[in-house]
Amino acid sequence: MSLTETLADIRARADWAALAQALPFARTLGLRVDVRGESFTCVMPFNQKLIGNPALPALHGGAIGGYLECTGILHLLWSTQATAVPKTIDFSIDYLLSGRPQDTYAHVYTVKLGRRVSNLRIEAWQTTPDKPIAVAIMNVLMR
Amino acid sequence: MTNPTRPEAWNQFLAIAPYTGLLNMEAVSAADAGCVIALPYREDLIGDPDRGVLHGGAITALMDVCFGFSVYFRIREFVPMATLDLRIDYLRPAQPHSKVYASASCYKLTQELAFVRGHAYDEDPEQPISTGVGIFILTSGKPAFTEQKVVSA
Repeated sequence: MSLTETLADIRARADWAALAQALPFARTLGLRVDVRGESFTCVMPFNQKLIGNPALPALHGGAIGGYLECTGILHLLWSTQATAVPKTIDFSIDYLLSGRPQDTYAHVYTVKLGRRVSNLRIEAWQTTPDKPIAVAIMNVLMR
Repeated sequence: MTNPTRPEAWNQFLAIAPYTGLLNMEAVSAADAGCVIALPYREDLIGDPDRGVLHGGAITALMDVCFGFSVYFRIREFVPMATLDLRIDYLRPAQPHSKVYASASCYKLTQELAFVRGHAYDEDPEQPISTGVGIFILTSGKPAFTEQKVVSA
């Protein structure tokens, strides 16, 4: 099944849990999409393989970065009728707190949804949404 | 503590961190002026199944790691540090089935901060997939690793 067909199938059945399964990289990170009504959350369940510094221990910055970028793409596939994976133009991330060895959650704020370019802000947190561990901004080319 | 720049020595560091081990990152070369790390192509790192292109997030991870190592090679010591921020521009998709390389150098160092820039490429270093800049904060807490741990790993 092509991605276009997979996306049509997921949308028809509103089977958002299957969305993260459609992208191999999201599967590798173990991401889980949780949609409740109009609310979209992408979860990165803790896994030992996401650790960057075993001495602390802390999640790898690259794992958090890849997770937030993937979350932005998954959110666009959920919120629009895109039939192909939108292309990231640029991705910028600020790390605010060290990622603890526990589950991480991310919300997406669509700053601008454009016909050609969309701008997203993605916030990751572990204990409460008020204490983000990382914030990312990305520009995406819509296709 | 001096830091060996032989790739086989710092390959052990890449293997110790579970996440870099998961992505099979390989040390390629290191010098004062910077370092190069490779990410082998793997189907489970694809972001666009129709085109077989690696996910940007995998390249973000590669650049984050390479940027961090470029700081170590500038300081010549494995000091504890954390990524403060990272900005990556994606110029073109990675070639399916190609190994991706990241090259980075630390171009400014202060007591607390390290400023890094670099790029990722596949076949031709002159045709980058992405370019980026990052800032690392040198923390003075618990040391991340010691040379001892590397040797015994």
